This record gives sequence, structure tokens and C-alpha cells, in this order.
Amino acid sequence: MDCKDLKRVTIFAGHYGSGKTNIAINYALKIKDSGEEVDIADLDIVNPYFRTKDAETLLAEKGIRLVSSVMANTNVDTPALPAEAYSVVHDKSKHAVIDVGGDDRGALALGRYVPYLAEEDNYEMLFVINKYRFLTGSPEETIEVMREIEFAAGVRFTGVVNNSNVGDDTSEEDVLDSLDYAESVASLAGIPLRFTTVRENLYENLKTKINGLMPIKICVRQSF
Amino acid sequence: MSDKKLMKGNEAMAEAAIMAGCRHYFGYPITPQTEVAAYMSKRLPKIDGGVFLQAESEVAAINMVIGVASTGKRVMTSSSSPGISLKSEGISYLAGCDLPALVVNVQRGGPGLGGIQPSQSDYFQATRGGGHGDFHMIVLAPNSVNEMVNLTVKGFDLADKYRMTTMILADGTLGQMMEPVSFDSIPKSETVEKPWALTGTKEERKPNIVNSLALNPEHLENWNLERYERYAKVEENEVMYESYRMEDAEYCIVAFGVASRVSQNAIDAAREKGIKVGMIRPITVWPFPKKVLFEAADTVKEFICVELNMGQMIEDVELAIKCKKPVHSCTRTGGMIPSPEFILDKICEVAKNGGSN
Repeated sequence: MDCKDLKRVTIFAGHYGSGKTNIAINYALKIKDSGEEVDIADLDIVNPYFRTKDAETLLAEKGIRLVSSVMANTNVDTPALPAEAYSVVHDKSKHAVIDVGGDDRGALALGRYVPYLAEEDNYEMLFVINKYRFLTGSPEETIEVMREIEFAAGVRFTGVVNNSNVGDDTSEEDVLDSLDYAESVASLAGIPLRFTTVRENLYENLKTKINGLMPIKICVRQSF
Repeated sequence: MSDKKLMKGNEAMAEAAIMAGCRHYFGYPITPQTEVAAYMSKRLPKIDGGVFLQAESEVAAINMVIGVASTGKRVMTSSSSPGISLKSEGISYLAGCDLPALVVNVQRGGPGLGGIQPSQSDYFQATRGGGHGDFHMIVLAPNSVNEMVNLTVKGFDLADKYRMTTMILADGTLGQMMEPVSFDSIPKSETVEKPWALTGTKEERKPNIVNSLALNPEHLENWNLERYERYAKVEENEVMYESYRMEDAEYCIVAFGVASRVSQNAIDAAREKGIKVGMIRPITVWPFPKKVLFEAADTVKEFICVELNMGQMIEDVELAIKCKKPVHSCTRTGGMIPSPEFILDKICEVAKNGGSN
């Protein structure tokens, strides 16, 4: 991944539980490793658990600024976003990764930033998909979820990220079997399949078989 | 090709309910169970005969459950702790009417509005009936997403069989966590005749009446006695539990739901230190697995009850073993989850002082 060609802002949205948060964190880490400055914004107002904030320490160590609700992980389910979140759209000197909450309900929160993103016109909005999730099992169902998100957010996706997995049980075959599905989604949507993601343990064997494969370190999960 | 799906516990219970033949869901959003309602809102309208309705309140939702249950159809509602308190009047009416229904409680920290993080502090409320009057619910306590699926199906079967409300007593962690689920291996749901249901007489039989009002005290006493005969059958036939490394155990952890998952890690770590500890995990918390615990009290030295509350199930453990052996409490509360190390410390402390009796 050559970060010089990246758009300044990368937005990850999708069906909830599709893996957006872990991908967003890994993506931000990758941008940082390439020598670029990057902020990450957690706009998730839907999911109370397993959030970007769980990776706060890791991000801080790497020098990546995390913008999230002051309420996140504090037991208060007030779906409010901090004023600070505007800084990632206004500060054009740095890259920004935006982690949007699941489904159309989560994507609603993105809407207020869309006019600024559209004006700057230097963003990529990626649709994260997982074939092994209910309600996104077929390309047609997945497109339905995608259109709902676009409608709620007021912005169109520009690419697809295939994160098809069944958690710890994921096999190489599971990933390979998802490629046709991911291509179908991208083709129905009329946008490119940007990359496929896999857990680090599957990366070595699959990297020669899948174009643009990105290894993912799981940063946000339960420990039992 | 994998036949598995990656699902949140909340979604998995909703899908399992549909597979068990439930076509009616009434609910009201509350964290951390909202995905049950959200999932039903997407799935049920696409299914023949499916009805999803977001009620104006928890009280309305449970009364809609009473209505559908009266017709003999499988029906479900779900909520989290404060919402279950609101539903508790209706839950008592379900018991008073002898109606089968499935109620899911994805617990969060309390009392009052409390917090949104996981808890098991509704144990008393769930196992002591969950409303006013003499009654019980069957209370199932899963500890994985797969088990949430199986117990949802089983819960509907038990509700129909005994004309009782079944509660799935989950918690925020189980509701929110994602695990691979296979729906191929779920037990086939049993169908039960419901001659009592309000299905219309078609002028072929006398009208059925579903009601919980009994102004004649003799009548009400007999009704309660009959109900408790059914409860005795449930206690005799439907107890479920799982034993873990109990063969040679000197210390026995008792834990259900998410607490049992953390405990399992702590047990494995303690075994590496040479401490012989095992676990009895109640899967039904009502009926409570009294017999296996009573028998275990003859072989183990001490018990440790691990819970996400101030110590509630510990009372049932002490009653079950008739205080034959000491029972220690190991708890976190308010939405905090004990770490495996926290439980391991307790095991080590008890083992160090152990054998003193």
C-alpha cells in the first residue's frame, strides 16, 4: 500500500459487526507506519461495546490521535459526538480515518461532516462487507444495506473492502470462497473492490492468491 | 465452504426464535439488547405471517405478548434490566394466565437506570418469579452465542410444554459479542397441542377463557397448587448444568453465563499451579441444579461462587448444599467483568486456607 496515493480521508462504513473498527485501526496504523501523520475518528453512536476506544493505548503509543465521544465506554449511552470530531475534516495537513457506526442508523452521524468532505473532495468511502454475516449473505442483500447507509449518510461509497470471516474459525477456504461474492457486490454497486482483509495468521498462505490482501491485527475484542 | 455465520448473541437469539417458529415480536429499544429488536425488524416483515412491532413502551410490549400468547402462537419480547422491571407486571399476568412466552433479558448494571455494561444482578428478580404473586419462570443462562441459539429453541419448547414463561437470562457481553454459529445442528423444535388457546370456537366447542382473575380464594389456592405441581415436574425433569474438570476437584466454582467463561480460564490457570479446582455451571438457574451441588459437597472442600453482582446465586448454592461446606463469594458489579487473574487470586486464597474444615 503506497500511502502517497491515498485520499486524505478514508471512511469505513458497513453492516454492523462487519469488522469496520478493527480495519479502521489497522488502516490508520499502516498510514502511520508509512511516515504520514494520521488521526482516527470513532463516529460510532450505535454500538456500546467493542469500540475504537478499546485500542486507545495502542493508538496513543503509535502517536495516532483518537477522536471519540467523551461518553464512549463510560456507561453513558448518550449518542453525542464531540466538537473535536470536526478537526479531522478541517485539518487538511493530516490524513484521517473515520470509523462509522453500523448500518443506516450508525451512518446518520456521518451526515453532518459530508458537506466539508464533499467540498474538499479528497476522500474515499469504503463499504466493509462480510459474506458470513446474516443479512449480508448474498450480494443483493448486501447492496440493500449499502443503499440504506448511503441514504442515511448522504454520500456514496467509492469502494468495497472484503472482510469475509467467521471469527476465530476462519479458514483459507472461507476467504477464497468469499471472493466471487465480493466481486459481485462491487460489480452490482458499480465501484471497485479495493482490497480483501484477513487475520495475520492466514496472510502468508493467501497473499499470493489474492490481489491487494491486507493483514489485520485484532485490536478490539473480548478476552475470554 | 463454511456453513457457519458470524453473529452477535442478540442477533443469534432473534434468528433462533424465527427458526423455532416465532412469528411475533414486540419490543422497545434499550442498550445492550437493541440488536434483537433491530434484527427482528428486518427479518420478520419478510417472512410469511411475521409481525414486528416496536411498542410505545415496555409495558405495552409485554401486554401485546400476552395477547398473542393467548392465541397459542409462539411470541417473544426482549429487553435489558430496567425494561424487564417495567415488563414484570405483564410477566406475572402471563404466569397467572398460564401462558407460554419467551422473554429475553440482556442484563446491564443496576439498580435504577444503572449503566450499559454487562451484569448478572437480575438473578434474584429472574429466579424468584420476576413479578408479584406465587410463580416461577423457567430461566435459562447461556454462556456462548451457540448456546443462546440452542436455548432459545429449547426455551420455546419448555414454555409450551409447561405453559410457562421462559426467560433467557443473558448479559451485555453475550448479547454484543460475535462468535461463529451453526444453525445446522440446532435441535428440531417440538410442537405441542394447545386446546386452551383462543382460536375461535367455530361453534364447535365451548369458548376458552384466558384470565388471571380469581376472586374466590379457594379457587385461587387450588389454581396455585396446580401450578406448583407443574413447577415440581419442571424441577424434576428439566435441570441442566455442565461440569468442568470436576472429576478430582477439591474446590468447586459455581458460575453461570459470562462469569463461567472467565472462570474456565481461571480454572485452567489454577490447575497449572496444581490446585484441583473445577466448575459446576448451572444452565438452568431456575430450576436450580440442587442435586448435583448437594452431591458435590461430599467430595469438594469448599465452593466459590463467581458472579457479576453483589452475591445473589450464592444463596441458592448455600441452600442447595445445605451449608455442608463453606461457600465463598467472588464478584464484580456495576458493569465490571472479573478478569481471569481476579478469580485465580480468589482460588489461590481459598486453596491456601483450604482443608481447614
